[in-house]
Amino acid sequence: MADKPIFEYAPAPQSRSVVDIRSSYGLFIGGEFVEGASAASFKTISPATEEVLAEVTEANAEDVDRAVAAARRAYTRVWSRMPGAERAKYLYRIARIIAERAREFAVLESLDNGKPIKESRDADIPLVAQWFFYYAGWADKLAYAGLGTNPKAHGVAGQIIPWNFPLMMLAWKIAPALAAGNTVVLKPAETTPLTALLFAEVCQQADLPPGVVNIVTGAGATGQAIVEHPDVDKVAFTGSTDVGKAIARSVAGTRKKVTLELGGKAANIVFDDAPVDQAVDGIVNGIFFNQGHVCCAGSRLLVQESVYDELLDRLKRRMTTLRVGDPLDKNTDIGAINSAEQLARIRELSAIGDAEGAERWSPPCELPANGFWFAPTIFTGVTQAHRIAREEIFGPVLSVLTFRTPAEAVEKANNTPYGLSAGVWTEKGSRILSIANQLRAGVVWANTFNKFDPASPFGGYKESGYGREGGKPGLAAYLTEESN
Amino acid sequence: MSTTIDEATRSADSLRRFLAGLPGVDQVGAEERVADLSRRSIKTTSKQYAIDLAISMVDLTTLEGADTPGKVRALSNKAMRPDPTDGSCPRAAAVCVYPDLVPVAKQTLGDSGVNVASVATAFPSGRAALSIRLDDTRTAVEAGADEIDMVIDRGAFLAGDYQRVYDDIVAVKAACERADGTHAHLKVIFETGELQTYDNVRRASWLAMMAGADFIKTSTGKVQPAATLPVTLVMLEAVRDFRSATGRQVGVKPAGGIRTTKDAIKYLVVVNEIAGPDWLTPDWFRFGASSLLNDLLMQRQRMLTGHYSGPDYVTLD
Repeated sequence: MADKPIFEYAPAPQSRSVVDIRSSYGLFIGGEFVEGASAASFKTISPATEEVLAEVTEANAEDVDRAVAAARRAYTRVWSRMPGAERAKYLYRIARIIAERAREFAVLESLDNGKPIKESRDADIPLVAQWFFYYAGWADKLAYAGLGTNPKAHGVAGQIIPWNFPLMMLAWKIAPALAAGNTVVLKPAETTPLTALLFAEVCQQADLPPGVVNIVTGAGATGQAIVEHPDVDKVAFTGSTDVGKAIARSVAGTRKKVTLELGGKAANIVFDDAPVDQAVDGIVNGIFFNQGHVCCAGSRLLVQESVYDELLDRLKRRMTTLRVGDPLDKNTDIGAINSAEQLARIRELSAIGDAEGAERWSPPCELPANGFWFAPTIFTGVTQAHRIAREEIFGPVLSVLTFRTPAEAVEKANNTPYGLSAGVWTEKGSRILSIANQLRAGVVWANTFNKFDPASPFGGYKESGYGREGGKPGLAAYLTEESN
Repeated sequence: MSTTIDEATRSADSLRRFLAGLPGVDQVGAEERVADLSRRSIKTTSKQYAIDLAISMVDLTTLEGADTPGKVRALSNKAMRPDPTDGSCPRAAAVCVYPDLVPVAKQTLGDSGVNVASVATAFPSGRAALSIRLDDTRTAVEAGADEIDMVIDRGAFLAGDYQRVYDDIVAVKAACERADGTHAHLKVIFETGELQTYDNVRRASWLAMMAGADFIKTSTGKVQPAATLPVTLVMLEAVRDFRSATGRQVGVKPAGGIRTTKDAIKYLVVVNEIAGPDWLTPDWFRFGASSLLNDLLMQRQRMLTGHYSGPDYVTLD
């Protein structure tokens, strides 16, 4: 014990053997894996190592047409005629299977997405199961949900989800859609399709009637084919604001219903009486959770000037304990950036931060040689006039701003084209309520950040989109309100 | 900041204002943080290191009405040679006994390097006149105790009489002085199970450190809940902040209810990530435990031999 203490954690990698990855995958249409109409395919890689994980089919318009037709058949012949209580049984079954196969899903998600196993294991996959359990409970109670006495499903829902929480976003989309009686055609992101394809196997395992869930893989063109398909009744999209705007333009003037969950530039407001150590944890969780690939990430830190120095010291000290590296290591706090393209975008915006005169700081940390990596970073000396305070970076980059009074904090927090989420840190209960009421954000967390619950609605103002997911409002988005 | 501390301790009012002005602790957040740290995976070489470190931090404790010189001798021998079959096993940090048994422990331990700690100040309730508590302390110090574990007057603390608690600690600290000018180390026990809130734990930590505590300690072991990870987290944050404010380092000792190697390692992870590696030595972190040591020894044997031998292969008390 004479040596100077060194308490290095030995590597603790989660075994990959719990999951079988096929070398190539077809499309999941009508309850079966089928080949694409063309031979086009693309590769999905592990962002931590750039290793090719599998070959995935690129669906074209013809494939999308087949998937929509399968969904329509399943809707008219089976799913829309089935009593809610029966639909619930399928959803419960799916939830249970996901819970049973949680480790398999967690490993696959971390491999394909690059997120740390502790997040996929402790946050993503448990939430996925919870989402199905929650909406299973609603399936036979639609008439009592306050949405009219006989609310009806839309029919076929076309759903497009992003790469940051691949399976969780699938659950947010599919669980309420099926509970409400819709059938779906879902496209996972092109960089993270594997857990959606494993979910297709779960649908088979649960004996879900063929065509109720269809999964087509591909990139932007595939998504566009879904959005523009004339037999799709409802479009649900989570992703970038630019694509969201294009979808809104595309469906404008059609009978299609649409919900959009887009970007964010959330303010995390820390007052001088905040529980300081937990505020620091909350700031870290707010921006470095999932490498900052979170639309509701607390990417703008607003600190009251009187505690600025102390808070920054504590934040920097806390950041030096973050462990960046192998996503499958159970001790990793920050994993890989999802793609080379996203890494380039983060680098570009950070360089703009430098050029605009903000001060960049990262803790000393060694990044792996292969794969896509970006050290956790904060920019201080940022003002509302900096581009890094305006634009969504979607990476582990925090902009730190200051304020002097509550009114100024609210003004700065709301001075953004977005309005998805916000955080308030203070020990004063009345201040929490008063500030939360003034913030133009869909979710306001008090003395915590990035908390999700199936019963709690989620969605934004302004360029953060429209419609709500989760809770009863999330159900309403998949039902028509006319009672007949 | 040290001038602030001088100002804070100038009067009862300023002391109360200072303690009330400490940042609050959000219960949910603090518990989430330790839950997160508890999921750190410690394997192989790190685990071997952690087990030896934990053994060297144990204050082997017996605090029963039925304690006898024989029991204390046995405990002292165990502290010097926790695993008699393995000379490479580190010794424990200290043996912790009631004041009347300090001479027995002192004599048995000799110059082995294992300290003698003694609970004083009308342990475990602390509800006796100050003169009696000071006498109790002096008895232990004169008998050769290297460390004094004092309990604070929780009644006074909960009544908001911080000045009285502060004065008590200052007085006991003075009573720890030996004739040769050296000091017995003072550990201040809060009995956090009775203080209940994390805000109270943070205030008690600062109060004790400002009054001169060398160590802050969670519990007597006589009240449930005793040591918990979130309480220890709050105390570790306090010693870390106190050192950056004053330059003076204070140790932390969770006591009571830590029984398994797995638990001990969770504490070490929290020490490492909250206060920092400077605290990862028996000088600055201790476990107050009686049953923990045997589990550490069994795990140690298992790691060295590859098999688990069972409770008959480690010594009683």
